[in-house]
Amino acid sequence: MSTTALETKVALDQALDLNTAPRKQSSVEVTDYDNRQTVGKITVDHPKMVCRGVNVYYGEKHAIKNVGLDIGANEVIAFIGPSGCGKSTFLRCLNRMNDTISICRITGQIKLDEDDIYDKSVDVVQLRARVGMVFQKPNPFPKSIYENVAYGPRIHGMVNTKAELDDLVRDSLERAGLIKEVEKRMNEPGTSLSGGQQQRLCIARAIAVNPEVILMDEPCSALDPIATAKIEELIDELRENYTIIIVTHSMQQAARVSQRTAYFHLGDLIEVGETDQIFTNPKHKLTEDYITGRFG
Amino acid sequence: MNKPTASPPTKIPSRDIKTIVNAGLARRHAAERRFRWYGLIAITLGLTFVVLMFANIIGKGYPAFWQTYIQVPITFDATVIDPQGNRDPQAIETADYAGLVRAGMRQLFPTVQGRLELRALYGLVSSDAAHELQDRVLQNPALIGASQEVWLLASASVDTLLKGNIDRTLDESERPIKDNQIEWVDKLQAAGKIEKQFNTILFTSGDSREPEQAGIRGALMGSFFTLLVTFLLSFPIGVATAVYLEEFAPKNRWTDLIEVNINNLAAVPSIVFGLLGLAVFINFFGLPRSAPLVGGLVLSLMTLPVIIIAGRAALTSVPPSIREAALGMGASKLQMVGHHVLPLAMPGMLTGSIIGMARALGESAPLLMIGMVAFIVDVPKGLMDPSTVLPVQIYLWSDLPERAFVERTSAAIMVLLAFMILMNGLAILLRKRFERRW
Repeated sequence: MSTTALETKVALDQALDLNTAPRKQSSVEVTDYDNRQTVGKITVDHPKMVCRGVNVYYGEKHAIKNVGLDIGANEVIAFIGPSGCGKSTFLRCLNRMNDTISICRITGQIKLDEDDIYDKSVDVVQLRARVGMVFQKPNPFPKSIYENVAYGPRIHGMVNTKAELDDLVRDSLERAGLIKEVEKRMNEPGTSLSGGQQQRLCIARAIAVNPEVILMDEPCSALDPIATAKIEELIDELRENYTIIIVTHSMQQAARVSQRTAYFHLGDLIEVGETDQIFTNPKHKLTEDYITGRFG
Repeated sequence: MNKPTASPPTKIPSRDIKTIVNAGLARRHAAERRFRWYGLIAITLGLTFVVLMFANIIGKGYPAFWQTYIQVPITFDATVIDPQGNRDPQAIETADYAGLVRAGMRQLFPTVQGRLELRALYGLVSSDAAHELQDRVLQNPALIGASQEVWLLASASVDTLLKGNIDRTLDESERPIKDNQIEWVDKLQAAGKIEKQFNTILFTSGDSREPEQAGIRGALMGSFFTLLVTFLLSFPIGVATAVYLEEFAPKNRWTDLIEVNINNLAAVPSIVFGLLGLAVFINFFGLPRSAPLVGGLVLSLMTLPVIIIAGRAALTSVPPSIREAALGMGASKLQMVGHHVLPLAMPGMLTGSIIGMARALGESAPLLMIGMVAFIVDVPKGLMDPSTVLPVQIYLWSDLPERAFVERTSAAIMVLLAFMILMNGLAILLRKRFERRW
């Protein structure tokens, strides 16, 4: 047995332990590999974001194909799938980060609450204040820890006095679980922190502007297991106040932190459902193949 | 997994690999050694020429920093300086100080008689000596009526003689200094009344026909004003252009065209910019000739492409993750650039600009075209005053036959090189200090 398969088996066992749901032997309903119709319920009762018929093209390449998906308020939804499947591309559509790529073209509708985020009346600055983002590689600004967190509130004019800003910075660092480690070194550069601390600093920076949704693009892929565990714990706490969308390569992580999971394959949204169900009873053959490690 | 992977190639028996590789090893090592030797030879050659150049320039230019002075007893005769006795500043200014110098020289050598002999005697001191006395009296009118030993600037031929650059064995008609003058200089030397002092005139006065009175102050100030204009124009424009092209401009055929043209501009011979400056700034806009303002405008045209190219390189080297972080926080594009990208790119931009400015400082060809090659005695006081610049001053002096100008040429080159090294050092310092903060 190859190493990857072994790892995946362990991963699967962990997922099973975590969810303690009995696994049916044959849950797959769609066995046709070519059937790319999304399996599972894409709607939720209290949607925060609603996406319908989203297509993304990079020049000639059709990167996202007609994806429809609801993201519920205060839920953590994980996007999984093999490399190049479009999960990051789709994530970046949700705060229009793809706008910076000149050859990228997007059709369809994405709504945040009632606002179509691709409507002309919506300014990206306002959108990105409402939909924050944490990136794959920790990318603190080469400024002090304090300045990193204070940057968002400052450019958006959220505070009026220095005291208010101080409070907001402390509060954000506290909610990101970083305050104890950086209390004494607020004026040191953010880049002097360890990788995991840097990533929590980036999360603190994102929540300082109090967004409604936080997008996380493989936030733990550059971190060691202990730092990863801390971030995952933090995601669980943040769920109370924010809607979190996390792209991850680690299925254990998806199983641990998310309530719903969406599986992407070559630009198609193959299956979406409760995380327990996806990992125990996948309904599409492709999903099953991926989570059992037949490819990925 | 269970199947064995491809078996090793069977054609060549594996034990032979060693012999095959060994056979070629000597050749490979020899090639490597040869390459190292080529490199060493190239570096040695280059260094030799640098050392030769510096040795030549310093050897020739060093004496120019010392200048010969003669100690002359001067009587500030009240009847000459202020015949009315009312201390009228105008009368004091126009008095016959040259007469005082002549009287002093006669006092040094009372035996000298005859018009020709006396003229030769007076020729030992520079014509500037009278101005020196005038300055002293104007600054301190209490001197009038007093007597003082004054160190007066010697003429260039005396200076050249003392620096050992005149062959005494030559026939009198073939050297710039007469036999009797040599005799007087030797006497003065024996009496300790002649000595070399640090040449402050070189740094305090403008150009002159008399080598002992010629200095680089005018050219230095001209260079300063010209570079000031160049920097004030080309840095902001260059940085703004680089930022716009790199961060804001759409990538299409027009911006490609502009980019190609900027790169071409950097390769245009500098004299072409001089012609352009002559046609546009002087003939069309009617700006004055020889003015640092026009020189600065022309050098800005020349420096701009360098700054733009360096600026764009500095901007592209800022990691995209910083841009994404800023955009992800909801910063607008201008905020992203202003708060994050530009501060990180600034050291690189400054380095590029300083190197561009150093190039502008050493430029002479375009400035010839706009008249900065004129003989200008006065030290320029502003952007519109006629002036010249250091490299052009060097060019002008290198044309003159007097020995004293030869050493001044080298001295001016030393000053120019010192500024170049200073500027390049500053660029390196900036790069080392601020590089890679992310």
